[in-house]
Amino acid sequence: MVIIPLLMAGCAGPFSTLDPAGPSASAVAGLWWGMFAAATAVLLAVVGLWLYAAGRTQRELNRKELNSELPNSERLDGERLSREKFSDEQAVRIHRRWIIGGGLILPVTAIVLLLTFGIPVGHNMLPLPVKEEVLRIDVTGHQWWWQVNYPDGGVELRDELHIPAGVAVDLYLTSADVVHSFWVPRLGGKLDMLPGRTNILRLRADEPGTYRGQCAEFCGLHHAHMQFTVTAHSAADFAAWLAEARTDD
Amino acid sequence: MTDHINPRNEELHQRFEAVWGKLPGWGTLAAVNHTTIGVRFMVTGMAFFLFGGLLAMLMRTQLALPGQDIIGPEVYNQLFTMHGTVMMFLFAIPVLEGLAMYLVPKMLGSRDLVFPRISSLGYYCYLFGGLIIVFSLALGIAPSSGWFMYTPLTDATYSPGRGPDFWLLGITFVEISAISAGVELVVSILRSRASGMSLGKMPIFCWYILGMSLMIIFGFPPLVLASILLELERAAGMVFFSVAGGGDPLLWQHLFWMFGHPEVYILFLPAAGIVSTLIPVFAGRPLVGYRWIVLSIILMGFISFGLWVHHMFTVGIPQLAQAFFSVASMLVAVPTAIQLFAWLATLWTGRVVYNLPMLWIFGFLVVFVCGGLTGVMLALVPFNWQVHDTHFVVAHMHYVLVGGMLFPLIAGFYYWLPHFSGRMPSERFGRWGFWLTFGGFNLTFLLMHLTGLLGMPRRIYTYEAGLGWDWLNLLSSVGGFVMAMGVAMLIVDFALHFRFGRRAGENPWHADTLEWATTMPASSYNFVSLPDIRSRHPLWDDPQLPHSIAAGEHGLADIDHIRRETWGTDAVTGEVREILHLPSNSWLPLQAALLIALLCISLLLRIYPLALFATIAALLILLRWSWHNGAHPRAAPVTGNEPAAPSLHSRTCDGPGLWGMVVTLMANGTLYASLLFGWFYLWTAAPQWSVPEEGPIALWPLLASGLLLSTAALPYRSALAELRMGGDRRLQSRLWTAAGLGLGHVALLLWVLLGASLAPQTLAHDAVLCVMLIYLLLHSGLAVILTALQALRVRCGYVGRKLPYEPVVLWPFWLYTLGVFWLGFVAFILLPMAWGDA
Repeated sequence: MVIIPLLMAGCAGPFSTLDPAGPSASAVAGLWWGMFAAATAVLLAVVGLWLYAAGRTQRELNRKELNSELPNSERLDGERLSREKFSDEQAVRIHRRWIIGGGLILPVTAIVLLLTFGIPVGHNMLPLPVKEEVLRIDVTGHQWWWQVNYPDGGVELRDELHIPAGVAVDLYLTSADVVHSFWVPRLGGKLDMLPGRTNILRLRADEPGTYRGQCAEFCGLHHAHMQFTVTAHSAADFAAWLAEARTDD
Repeated sequence: MTDHINPRNEELHQRFEAVWGKLPGWGTLAAVNHTTIGVRFMVTGMAFFLFGGLLAMLMRTQLALPGQDIIGPEVYNQLFTMHGTVMMFLFAIPVLEGLAMYLVPKMLGSRDLVFPRISSLGYYCYLFGGLIIVFSLALGIAPSSGWFMYTPLTDATYSPGRGPDFWLLGITFVEISAISAGVELVVSILRSRASGMSLGKMPIFCWYILGMSLMIIFGFPPLVLASILLELERAAGMVFFSVAGGGDPLLWQHLFWMFGHPEVYILFLPAAGIVSTLIPVFAGRPLVGYRWIVLSIILMGFISFGLWVHHMFTVGIPQLAQAFFSVASMLVAVPTAIQLFAWLATLWTGRVVYNLPMLWIFGFLVVFVCGGLTGVMLALVPFNWQVHDTHFVVAHMHYVLVGGMLFPLIAGFYYWLPHFSGRMPSERFGRWGFWLTFGGFNLTFLLMHLTGLLGMPRRIYTYEAGLGWDWLNLLSSVGGFVMAMGVAMLIVDFALHFRFGRRAGENPWHADTLEWATTMPASSYNFVSLPDIRSRHPLWDDPQLPHSIAAGEHGLADIDHIRRETWGTDAVTGEVREILHLPSNSWLPLQAALLIALLCISLLLRIYPLALFATIAALLILLRWSWHNGAHPRAAPVTGNEPAAPSLHSRTCDGPGLWGMVVTLMANGTLYASLLFGWFYLWTAAPQWSVPEEGPIALWPLLASGLLLSTAALPYRSALAELRMGGDRRLQSRLWTAAGLGLGHVALLLWVLLGASLAPQTLAHDAVLCVMLIYLLLHSGLAVILTALQALRVRCGYVGRKLPYEPVVLWPFWLYTLGVFWLGFVAFILLPMAWGDA
């Protein structure tokens, strides 16, 4: 009860995945809250069952349950019950429903639900071919800075990106040395930058603004300081920025 | 000390103690008994646990406030790397191995594990390897790239110091102990149970350990291979993981996680075994769903090998592959849940006693289930893309590791404490320890889920103020100190109970399994007579069993022959097949481990002549070890009145040695399969894979050497056939012929290797071929040496018509060597030729 209000108050932040500013991050935040609620319910239920199970005095209850379920010839007498030991057959009969219900049906149902919601979300985050042309930005990770290139514009930046708001951009990620990872939590998931390979991350900022990003794969001594900013401009402002950046070079 | 020994049979017990006991004084270092070695593993493991915890406290101190520089990045990066390394390799695996080594023979009604000298070797390899790794921290040059050592960060270019070499060499050294314990436990569980104890009547704990051990056999070799390859890349410049030349950093990740994922289930299974053992005792009824649980163990073992890519969801692997690993990762919740509900059902229909071990089991339930739930969340790929490499993962993993492994371990320690010391733990003091640890742990790590969701990545030595992480980190650090107090309290509790604990009566918890039928503390021989067991709950069915055992009323109650003996039984039915004779105190394991440590250090320092010396010396010690076997005077020399039916195992054609050889070859085969995986992976996926214009290896000479090897196997096989028929005609000459032909093969293969135009420092293609050829050479060479050894033993009279055992044990090694030669020939030579340039 104390945790929940604390949590709600503490959700905002420049790197918070729970303070989304783009469709990918929003979808994942939605998944999170759903999973959180379900997981809390399951945890409370399991712990509750355990405490209840461990707290019951079983002998009297079982005598009633067991004896009424069994045909007359097989009913237990007090002497056998007082031995506090039940035969394997009786236990299997009564508790098969526990093991099948809790051990098979519960997890499989939960998994199916999870995948039903989760797979479409993941699919929508992928940089699949679309009708419109998507702006391409090349980002190369170095120890410990970000090299940002705009292939069409001959613009090169360091530790910052500028993108148009409201549309998707495709980031072509690679590394010049070790494995890094490109991550802007408020916009979407991360993708690793590997030497010799190019990975493509599609991001979109809903609104103009500044969003912070950081390296999310340990890359050596100054990994903790390897950060960058993403500035999203309105369409007109972005065009203006790009024109000016070109002429600067 | 509680014992069931009465004056009448005290003499028998004394004579058993004389044969089974340790040597006095420094001679305790030569002990091979499983109880002693198991305790050593556990005590050393807990010492490393405290050390790893200390490292964590330093980290939490640094992270308590934003922007601190109490500890700078150079030291901090070493701290988090060593914390993970120490906890995973030097605490978790060894302590659980130690518990298994201590308990399994007792629960199975046996007197020792089947390879006692290997138990001892394993311990010393662990101790020396662990000390070498930790020593790097004292020198300030510890590895500092994370406990999973991703390349290219850990290659010679980006980590020019010796840090990663300490890890690669030290951990491989320690892994000898893990794999050897795995082999020993599998064979002991299958072949040395109580007479009549079928697999279906085995205590459930032993099923868990069997599962764990098989997983170690298949799970550790990929890491061993990866470590060898990376060390070769660093020290010899060979290309495996760097892109230029055809390597791939992702290969390291695949090989590492092929080990890394099963590793965590290797940790969970024994802990779940503890839970499955304690709950029936404290519920006063048999475990519900024994067969379901066995099924779950098997399922978990298999499924866990198909999950490893879930650690790599952000590297850019194709979506279909990710989906497969995502579903598989979620499915492992099924066998977990089956066990959970079986435990619930047992409690439900039992009469539950509340005490200190049960309190820790409750702690396990809460924390582990929470960790399991976040694990299922992490298996969902889009969510993973956000929280991977953040403190959310740190929180998840500590929940499953601390909840799923540490808490049951402590429950087990409290439960078996009277068995170990003869005294009961205190209730009141222990409860304080529990609540402080449980409360402190949750304070540290529950909030950490939020810290990760708020975007704090892993492995950063400091962070800015005002990001929303400040109060979370402070509270986590405070929680860390509370947990440390709890752990301190546990230590004090353990220490004090030796002095103030109430003396334990017979079977103080009214348990059902056989370990409680020994004396407390256990004698060096466990049971003076070995009972026939046909029930899962021997002490519930026959509470007088400890007394009848101590009175010598059951099997193998004779010690006139001065041999250490226990039953060798059928793997499935448990019927007695042989009498196993086991080695007594030996200095060879310590000597071998010291030489291997010398090898490790000389490779670290890159002094290769010393390394060569250490290798040869170690090999000689190991050959001497293998010489002191069977009918050798130091083992079980042939006497006038040998037991007849059953016979001593070295007089038969089956026994633990054969099984141990086969199981070890399974581990070896997994290593080779990992090499094959690496080859095909690089060939198909490495970004700049290239093949030299001409195949560097001379085809026809290689083929000829293979034919020589195959021919060499023929006289060996016919020698074996002769032995199996009970004869020994021309035994020695056949063995010498096999060895001679094998030597010819080795010479030709060496000529092929030396004459090949390989460029392993330029091309990954050539580097892999190089490793493959060296692997073949090592195996062929070993086959030749060991066969020659057998021929010598025939000459000395230790192998022959009545002693057919050892050549039988060596034969699978011949088959394996032949197998990897021809498989290698097809996979590395023929297939690429047929396929052309890929």
